[in-house]
This record gives sequence, structure tokens and C-alpha cells, in this order.
Amino acid sequence: MLKEIFNKQTKWSVMRNLIFKEIDDLIIDSLGIVAFISFFVGGVVSIQTALNLTNPLIPKYLIGFATRQSVILEFAPTFISVIMAGKMGSFITSSIGTMRVTEQIDALEVMGVNSLNYLVFPKIIALLFYPFVIGISMFLGVLGGWIAGVYGGFTSSAEFINGAQMQFIPFHIVYAFIKTIIFALLLATIPSFHGYYMKGGALEVGKASTVSFVWTSVSIILFNYILTQLLLGS
Amino acid sequence: MIEVKNVEKSFGESKILKGVSTVFETGKTNLIIGQSGSGKTVLLKSLLGIHKPEVGTISFDGRIYSELDDDEKRELRTEIGMVFQGSALFDSMTVAENVAFPLRMFTNKSKPEIKERVDFVLERVALKDAHHKLPSEISGGMQKRVAIARAIVNNPKYLFCDEPNSGLDPNTSILIDNLIKEITEEYNITTVINTHDMNSVMEIGEKILFLKNGLKAWEGTKEEIFKTDNEAVVAFVYSSNLFKKVREAHLKGY
Ligand SMILES: Nc1ncnc2c1ncn2[C@@H]1O[C@H](COP(=O)(O)OP(=O)(O)OP(=O)(O)O)[C@@H](O)[C@H]1O
Ligand SMILES: [Mg+2]
Repeated sequence: MLKEIFNKQTKWSVMRNLIFKEIDDLIIDSLGIVAFISFFVGGVVSIQTALNLTNPLIPKYLIGFATRQSVILEFAPTFISVIMAGKMGSFITSSIGTMRVTEQIDALEVMGVNSLNYLVFPKIIALLFYPFVIGISMFLGVLGGWIAGVYGGFTSSAEFINGAQMQFIPFHIVYAFIKTIIFALLLATIPSFHGYYMKGGALEVGKASTVSFVWTSVSIILFNYILTQLLLGS
Repeated sequence: MIEVKNVEKSFGESKILKGVSTVFETGKTNLIIGQSGSGKTVLLKSLLGIHKPEVGTISFDGRIYSELDDDEKRELRTEIGMVFQGSALFDSMTVAENVAFPLRMFTNKSKPEIKERVDFVLERVALKDAHHKLPSEISGGMQKRVAIARAIVNNPKYLFCDEPNSGLDPNTSILIDNLIKEITEEYNITTVINTHDMNSVMEIGEKILFLKNGLKAWEGTKEEIFKTDNEAVVAFVYSSNLFKKVREAHLKGY
């Protein structure tokens, strides 16, 4: 399958429009929900950390530090991706699956279009913008933590910002974005695969979306484990 | 002209096509008829290259499909128009975009040239005012006509239709049948239509292939089909009372 996706490219003038459409459907359309979730979960992480720091000897700046670490390392890249496996993934599976059951994919093939390239390649390209989504999520997550921490009276603004800048290891950002890119590839290909190779009718499209969500999220979690071990574990 | 020689196709253990040979002539509406499950769709999809027969050859004006390389196959496919049973219009595109699709994909025509051609074929299938509608906004009969327009827009040499009038009312069916026949003659296309509608057979059956259990059971013209003694054909054609009466009338010489 992977080879076919990159083989026998669709004409650029057509492909360009497909890519813009996928960027719109997959990336732009996800920004709202990602921003919403990130902001509030970042806030909750900050409040939870504050509430668990009951020992007066533990400095308050740990709130900012912990929020930053959990948002950047795990929450934004991994958990947003699992949520996107539901949102983008089921969108991809059901749209390709519908094309399969209504013979639209056969129609493409009969015309001489490489349907895998036509359908999947633009999604892979569009998801190269996925790191921007995760970048926004990181920013808003920390911002949410700061606002919740300060306005909830758990910490002062200076302490939080101090903590959020403490012991900053640039490789953590690299690690987070390596994960993000891998997850983007999983998000583009696994749901496409489940849609493309499905059989049956409208009911099966629904089932395929569910199965696709399960597999995509399971592989994200597994890859997260493997990559973390490989990149940070040694 | 499409020549089918001794084509066999199995799925797992079950052999669906058991050695079918025939010739589909250029400029004629060639019909494949037969009971549900007799292998019509499998034969049509084998012609299209969607199924690969294990035995036998299919040649398009001398080009044997299984011997072509990938580029030649894609080239041949741009000469093929197909009307699917469920129309298979791209539902994210408007009617005009659907029809323009093969031109945008496979020609270097400019936008005005494409528009002109799309207008022309949409007018040809009597759909002038539907350009900007989505497939979900038009009726089944209109969708079929859009599918025909899309199939013929790039001047195909071969046109395939899988049950082009299933699910349509008798009037619309006849309109669609005749449209296909006219287009076939006008542009000298090799047309193959898959149907179990006897009305279509009477309207446009210039050459009829009768399939039974994966074998060619009979072949002839619509004039011949009402005179044949072949039991399988008689049983299939005259399964309805209406056609029994037609046959009696025929035999009496009307
Ligand atoms: N992809 C496939 N895999 C396995 N079996 C198949 C496949 N496609 C068709 N068949 C079998 O081949 C036989 C012939 O099917 P086909 O679709 O050609 O019938 P048909 O003549 O077109 O019937 P209908 O008039 O109902 O469309 C059926 O028994 C069907 O189960
Ligand atoms: Mg069929």
C-alpha cells in the first residue's frame, strides 16, 4: 500500500487543490477543539499540582514546572493525538469508506487514476502541518495552566513563569515533535487503510470508523512508549 | 471491438466464469443479460480490469489487456468510460466538477476549453441547469445522466454500463437507453451494457450475450431473441406475462 501511495503521482494542478482541501478539513477544522481542550486541561493540571503540593517546604514554582513538563511531553503530543484519532481518524475512514462502498474508488481506478495516491497522499501532506496544531496545544496548555494557577490564587504569576522556564531541556521539544510527526503519519495512514480496504455497506462504514479509531489510538500509545524508551530512556 | 476469449474467473473455490468467449462490436450497443448471480458484473469487471481472469484473454482492438505494462494499462483506461450501477459520482464535487474530472486529470485542456466541453456533454444528456448542484441534490435519473456525461466527456472508445436503468421508472429507463444508443452510434463507441431489463433488450439490443451459470448460453440480436428455441433464453425472457403475450404476437406474425 505505502508504495502505491507515492507511485504514479496525480497531476499537480489537481493534487494542489486536494492538499488545500485536506488542510482545511483535517488541520484548520481541528484547531478549535484542540485549543479548547488544551487550555482547560492545562488549567486542570496546574490546579491539581497546586492542590497536591501541601508540604510548605516544596516551592510553588513547581506548579509551573510540572504543568510545562506534562503538557509539552505528554499531554499535547500524545493525548491530543489520541483525541485526533477520534476526530480526524473517523473522518478519514468514513469518507474513504463511503467512497469504497459507493464504487467511487472503482470509478477512479477505472478512469486510470491511482486511487491510493489520489486519496491518501494529500492527507499525508496535510498532516505535515500537524506539528503546528500540537505547538498551539502546547502553548495554550501552559497558558491555561498559568491563568488557572494565578487566578485561582494557587501561585503568583512570577513564580509560575519562573517554574515554567526552569531546567528547560531543548531536547524535550525535539522529542515531543519527533513523536508528533510519527503520530501524524499514523493518523494519516491507519484510518485511510481501514477506509480503503473495507467491504460492505453503510453499516460497515460506521464499524470501520470505530475499528480504525481503536487501532489508531492503540498504535499511538504503543509508539509513544517505544519512542519514549528510545529517545529519553537511555 | 473487444474480443473475449475463453475467460475463466474464480473466487476461492467457486468458478464464476467458466470459459466465456464473445466479440463486442464497435458502434453497437452490446448487451450482457442473464439471471441475478449468473456472472454479468464479474464479466464486466473483468473487461474493465478490476478483476483479473485466471484463464483467457481480453483484447481491445488488438491490445491484449493482460500483456500491457502498467503505463499502457492506464493509457487504455483513459479510453474507457464507465457508468456504475449506483452512478458512483464523487459526492464532494458538483455536477460540473464531476463531469470535468477526467478532463482535468488526463488532458491539458485550459479552463475555458474544459468548460465548453462540459457544457456540451451536459447539454447532450439534457442537463443544462444542474451544473452547480451536488449529486445529493439531484434525482437518481439525473445522477445516471451525469454519470453518462462523465463517462463520455473524454471521448471514450469503450463505454461500459452496469445496469444503467435499475431503479428508474420505465420512461426514464427508455430515455437513458436511447441516449446510450445514440451516443454509441454518434461517436462510434464499443458499448457494453449489463442488464436484466427486458425493456432495454427490446429497445437497444443490437447484440445480446446471454449468460447462464458463468457460461455463454446464447448470443444473437433482439430480433432473434424472440424467435429462438433455446430453452434457457425462453425461460428467462418469458418469465413475465407481458413478454409471453409479446412472444405469442410475434409468433403469429405481428
Ligand atoms: N468479489 C467477489 N468475491 C467472491 N464472489 C463474488 C465476487 N463478486 C461476485 N461473486 C460471486 O459471483 C457470482 C456472480 O455474481 P455477479 O455479481 O456477476 O452476478 P450478476 O449476474 O451481476 O447478478 P446481478 O444481476 O444480481 O447483478 C455470485 O455468486 C457472487 O456471489
Ligand atoms: Mg450485477
